[in-house]
Order: sequence, then structure tokens, then C-alpha cells
Amino acid sequence: MQFLYSGITSGSIYALIAIGFNIIYNTTGIINFAQGEFVMLGGMFIYSLLYMMNVPFIFAFPVALFGAFVLGVLFERVFIRYVKVKTELNLITITIAGSIILRGLAMLIWGRDTLLVESFIPAKTIQLYEGTITSDSVLVIGVSLFISFFLTIFFKKTKYGKAFRACYEDKIAASVCGINVRMVVMFSFGIAAFLGAVAGVAVSPITYVTYNDGVMSGLKGFSAAVMGGLGSFWGGIFGGIILGVSEAFFASVFPSGYKDAMAFLIILLILFFRPQGILGRKKATRV
Amino acid sequence: MKVKILVCAILLVSASAFAEIRLGALFAVTGPASFLGLPEKQTLEMLVDEVNASGGINGEKVKLFIYDTKGSDQEARKKFLRLVQKDKVLAVIGPTRTGSALAIKDLAEESKIPLFTCAASRKIVDPVAKYVFKSPQSDDHAVEKIFEYLTTKNKSKVAIMTAQNGFGAAGRDALIGIAPRYKIEIVADEKFRDTDKDMTSQLSKIASNNPDAVIVWGVGPAPAIVAKNFRQLNMKGYLIMSHGVASKKFIELAGDAAEGIILPAGRLLIADKLPEKDKFKKLLVDYKSKYESKFNSPVSTFGGHAYDSFLMFKKGVEEGGKDGAKIVAAVEKIKNMIGTAGEFNLSEGDHNGLTKEAFEMLIIKNGNWEIAE
Repeated sequence: MQFLYSGITSGSIYALIAIGFNIIYNTTGIINFAQGEFVMLGGMFIYSLLYMMNVPFIFAFPVALFGAFVLGVLFERVFIRYVKVKTELNLITITIAGSIILRGLAMLIWGRDTLLVESFIPAKTIQLYEGTITSDSVLVIGVSLFISFFLTIFFKKTKYGKAFRACYEDKIAASVCGINVRMVVMFSFGIAAFLGAVAGVAVSPITYVTYNDGVMSGLKGFSAAVMGGLGSFWGGIFGGIILGVSEAFFASVFPSGYKDAMAFLIILLILFFRPQGILGRKKATRV
Repeated sequence: MKVKILVCAILLVSASAFAEIRLGALFAVTGPASFLGLPEKQTLEMLVDEVNASGGINGEKVKLFIYDTKGSDQEARKKFLRLVQKDKVLAVIGPTRTGSALAIKDLAEESKIPLFTCAASRKIVDPVAKYVFKSPQSDDHAVEKIFEYLTTKNKSKVAIMTAQNGFGAAGRDALIGIAPRYKIEIVADEKFRDTDKDMTSQLSKIASNNPDAVIVWGVGPAPAIVAKNFRQLNMKGYLIMSHGVASKKFIELAGDAAEGIILPAGRLLIADKLPEKDKFKKLLVDYKSKYESKFNSPVSTFGGHAYDSFLMFKKGVEEGGKDGAKIVAAVEKIKNMIGTAGEFNLSEGDHNGLTKEAFEMLIIKNGNWEIAE
């Protein structure tokens, strides 16, 4: 049973990152490979505020998230907006470049050392049937459920959410209807960075923060998003948990050295057999 | 013509008046191994200043040429050639990393320049190359020390958990290779990646085999996560780590979970706690206080490797003079030399000179190291 709990712990981290991928995909149709870096920066921000500036958590948390939001908007302004030929492939490549730059900057600012963030809630180990789970993990699971619930409502029910979705379906039609597409794209990056930072803050007591954390967490989050179906928030959570649990079970049966291969094996299988993901729907295309 | 002769004469006279010992050094001062290379560089500079202030070696001042390898093997090769061809050094201290050391091993042999490396792998001195020495302890010594400790506690069932990097792989080879000699049975062999964030799946697999001790071989944040998960799962038995986590940073990261972890480490970490009559105490406390007051940062065992390399070089020049082959012969005769890593007894077949006694078993208590009983 412990494998299941371990899997859920790492799975909920992947899920949070997968949700970030989905937001940008939902508005622009591109994959933002800098999402992992946003998560890392969330952790870095909270570390700087809590331990370098000694700000109490109540204030540090919103400031870190706001900082990330501004960074996400800047990211879009600097990297995405000025691309001349806005094909999906170009934009995706740009996000990869952006991620490398963010990683380099983080290394210069915070150094190569791993930084410690203490638990935000009293650390407890909760005994479950034939295994244990920590209070930190429960927090991460709670946060990812809350966020996807909130986002689903936002995108399905509110005016602004519908504007976001309209941009994904057809940019030109959306702008004809009076939606400011540029603003929507900019805000979607802001929100994605914001959520990345929420994820970064929530997981930092479990994982610590290192400047190069974004690479692996980005890849795992991407696998989770693809697996659940790009664009679906519940799919992201579902994919994340499935990925985490199957990794843990894989490690229990096969040599644990090959654990990471699991994530990539899953991507391949999904891409072969169900390209739209488990919970995803096919994008309707006109012929 | 007369002027030319005069100039030559003056040059000759001044050259002999300012006779100097040219010593090269290669350290990874920047780059991923900078936490190793920087204390090495600072230590060497401090020692050379000291030696020169007290009159040099055999009355000649030491002139130091230090280059940064940036942790890259190619850079190490380039800079080694520069030291040999342009700076015409007598010997070289460093490099910092095993890979770089192996990359210039053959160059040192060809150019007949004694090389005193600060990297740890046994491969540097096994097989022995005539001109290549190393001052740090080998992984084998750490493993032997751990198994010896377990034997005195009558424990024989161990599980090993090693990182998937050079350090972890070398540790795994040593653990598996040496276990039969101490009649240690390895009941589980798990691995982890430096970037893994959760180790409970490997640990629960290990727990199902009921080992007496879990030995973890890794560096960086991953072993701290192992320690946290180990406590979280309420696992029984000893948790033993490698000398790779012998840093304050590790205790900080693992927090309460670090309590009770046992590890082999050099004596430098517990210099203050050694008994008064311990033969290493004077040198260690002396180095520690000088380094810490001069550079305002805590002393590390890595700087100690540069210290020991310099001791070997100094002894070699004192006995052998300014000739590569004679320095090598003199260094091979070093016996009972007290260094920061331990007592050095070198020979033609052993260019390291340390045994497992270079390590002490420590236990983490109240966020600090104590000698383990």
C-alpha cells in the first residue's frame, strides 16, 4: 500500500505542474516548456521572502504569487510577443529558450546550492492502512484539487473564462467578437506562472528548491498533461496521479534505477494509441 | 657585444639570486565543483604564503601558478600543458575532480611532472602511474570502515541505496565488492536519481527485506530526502550514509531526520572533539583556526586534500630537490606523515598511502557530529 501513497504524493506534484501546462495550451494552443521553471521560481521566491527578507508567511505567500504573475506577463511580453512568425513550433521553441534563460538567471541569483524551505503546516506523519503519508503531501493534494475545481469553474462559467477558450478555438473569430486576444494570451502566461508558483510553494517543503529543478518537474508535468489529455484540468490531475502511482509500482517490481523511464514510456504509449489523452477530446478540425 | 654579455651575466646572477620553486595548481574554482575547488585554492595559497614567510623550501621561495579548470576535463588538459610548457613548473597540485585527474594522468607520465591530485577515485592510483599521487581517501576506505563498524555491532544484513551518478556508482561497486570480505550480506540493492523527490517506494521495498542497516551513497539534496522518508516510514535499524554528506548543508536540509545518522568522515569535522593526545589534533585545529579566521568560512575536508597534496610535494622537494624523478622517489619514501586526511605511508605500489583508519565513524546528534561508539 505504501507504494500507492508514495505514488499519490509525487503524482499530486506532477498534477499541479500539468495544470499549468493546460492553462497556456487552452488559450494559445502551445506547450510552454518554461512551466517547470515557473514552479522552481515559485519556490525560490518564497525562500527569498521567508528566509532572506524575513517576511511572515501570510505576506510572503501573496507577494511570491504576485511576483510570479508579473514574471509570467513579462515572459510573454519579452519572449512570445515579438516573435515574427507565430507558428506553434516557433513559439514552443521560444519557450524552451526562455526556460534555459530563466534557469541560468536563477543559478546566478540563488546559486547552485539546494535551499531548504520549512513546512508551512506542522509536519505530521499520518498513519493510513498499511502505510503513511505526510501532512505536506496532503496539503499538495488539497491544493491541486482546489485549483482544478476553481479553474474549471472559471473557464466554463465566467465571461473571462469563455473569452480564454474562444481564443483557443479561433483567434480571429475571437477578436472579431471583441475579445482582446493579446491581453488574453498575456494573462494566460501570467496565470500559468501564478499557478506554477502556487505549485512551487506547496511542494518546496517536500522537495527543497534547486535552480535546475524545473527540467525534470517540467518533463514529468508535461507527461502527466499529455496523459490526461491536453487542455483538461481534471485530466491533468488524473494523469499526474496515474503517472506517480505507476512510477512507484514500477520501482517496486523492477530495479528502481529505471523509474524515470516509466514517464517517457507512458508518453510514447499514449502518443501511439490515444493521442488526445485519456480524458481529452479531439480538437475539431475543418477539412 | 660587451653589453650583451653584461646583460646575460646580470640575468644569470639575478636568476640564481631569485631561484624559485615553480609550482603549478589546477582547481575547479568555478563551475559545478566550485564548492570543492575554491577551498582547495584558498588552502594552497595560504600554505604557500606561510612557507615563503618562513624562508621557503630549502631556502628557495615557492612561486605558485594557479589555473581554473572550471570543472571541465578538457580545460584541465589544456591548462596542464600550459603549466608544463609555458610556466615550466616543477610539479602540479590538483585537479579537483576525478574525471579531470584521469584525463591528465597520461600527460603527467609523458611530461614526467609529479602530479598530486585532490580527487578521490581509486582509479587515479590504481594502476599506479609513476608520477601520479593522490591525497584524499578512497571510497574503499569508507566502505571498509562502515563494514568494520557493523561487524563490531554484530550486524550483517544490509540494504544499499546508491545514487545514479559517478559517486554513487563507484560507491555501489565498492560496497558490493568488499561485502564478502566482511561477511556482509546485501539483501536489497536500490538506486535513486539526484533529482528524485520521493524515495518512499525504494525504501518500502527495502523495508520488506528487514535489513539491519540501510547504507545510502549519494551527495546533494537526495540523501536528505532519503533521511526524511526513512523517518517518515518509521523504519528500524541503522541509517548509514557516505562521506559525501559530511557537510553542514546536509544536516540543515535533513533537519530532525538527520539525527542518529551514522557516517564515515575525515577527522577534520570533529577536530575540536578529538582527545587531547590524539596525534592528528594539533595539525587539524591549527589548519581549521587559520583557515576560518583568514577566509571567514567553515573549513572543509576538500581544502584539506590540497593541504595534504602540498605536504607531499614539500616533503618531496625537501628530500629530492628540484628534479621530477627524485621528487617521486622521495614522496614514495614518506612514512608516518600526519596530514588532514590521516596518516600517510606511501610506497612504490601505493601512491595514496592512506588506510581505512583515515576515516572516523561519526553520528549526527543535536545537529552536530559526534564520534560514534
